[in-house]
Amino acid sequence: MKGSIKIDKELCKECHLCINVCPQGHIIPTKEYNAQGYHPVGTNNEKECTGCALCATICPDIAIEVYRE
Amino acid sequence: MAKKVFGRPKSLKDKIFHYCPGCGHSIAHRLIAEVIDELDIRGITIGVPPAGCAVLAYNYLDVDMIEAPHGRGPAMASGIKRTLPDRIVFSYQGDGDLAAIGIAESFHAANRGENISVIFINNAVYGMTGGQMAPTTILNQKTTTSPAGRHKILDGYPVKVSEFFSQLEGVTYIERCMVNSPTNINKTRKAIKKSFQCQMDGMGFSLVEILSPCPTNWKMNPIDSCKWIDEVMSKTFPPGVFKDNTASVKKAAEGAS
Repeated sequence: MKGSIKIDKELCKECHLCINVCPQGHIIPTKEYNAQGYHPVGTNNEKECTGCALCATICPDIAIEVYRE
Repeated sequence: MAKKVFGRPKSLKDKIFHYCPGCGHSIAHRLIAEVIDELDIRGITIGVPPAGCAVLAYNYLDVDMIEAPHGRGPAMASGIKRTLPDRIVFSYQGDGDLAAIGIAESFHAANRGENISVIFINNAVYGMTGGQMAPTTILNQKTTTSPAGRHKILDGYPVKVSEFFSQLEGVTYIERCMVNSPTNINKTRKAIKKSFQCQMDGMGFSLVEILSPCPTNWKMNPIDSCKWIDEVMSKTFPPGVFKDNTASVKKAAEGAS
């Protein structure tokens, strides 16, 4: 199954819970800043997203939307 | 065409939470909003937020909300439910609110078997005021007012709300859940849904206790605090269903009619 996620970088608070639960390693930390002053997470396109929605389930700030093909 | 499988629930306003990174309150808010959407009760739900970190819950949940004085959520919810019995009323409370200052109101609302739902967030500290010792602080846990760890002789034992509320006859449904992993979050959503359903069926008082991470006041990072709930906190507060009378209450109601 192929999926994709859309991260709202303005909502992310850098708690990294999504990185911890992602079984694929698709989510990675970044060095950019958002308006709140956090480093939002980004995606690593070398590792494929399966659309399992674990990251979105644990994200406290609802910064992740999940799409499945 | 990609299909959206997860997004912001409709009952949650499009705002950035004021909670710290990794806080369990935001997860609990989302779960309540998802349950309200699932049951399609957004127009008839009235919420009662607590004093504490979640005092601004009315900024996020897109339902009617009335702020209660510190700890008096269940008393206020009882009044609202008795005057407007067709509404779904829930009280959202933290451990300082329910287990300390509001223990009498919560206890007696449960004992009267008021037809309300109580969502009880247990993070073992007073979050908003800066991490002081709460009634639910576990033994040997360090807080700003117990810097050497909670001592049983000096400070007493942690209050196990779900256990002792389950002894009350008025209570219909009590479950303790956690929000530290996707599996546990899904279990918590089911528990909240059951609690709301219990109220919609007129079965009486229900309480869902949620063990929630507080990384800031536990002085840990969010990932470690999720592990700490699994490894330490859930030993003192074991998750599970403590009371579920929904089946027998339903049977009795069917027998009466």
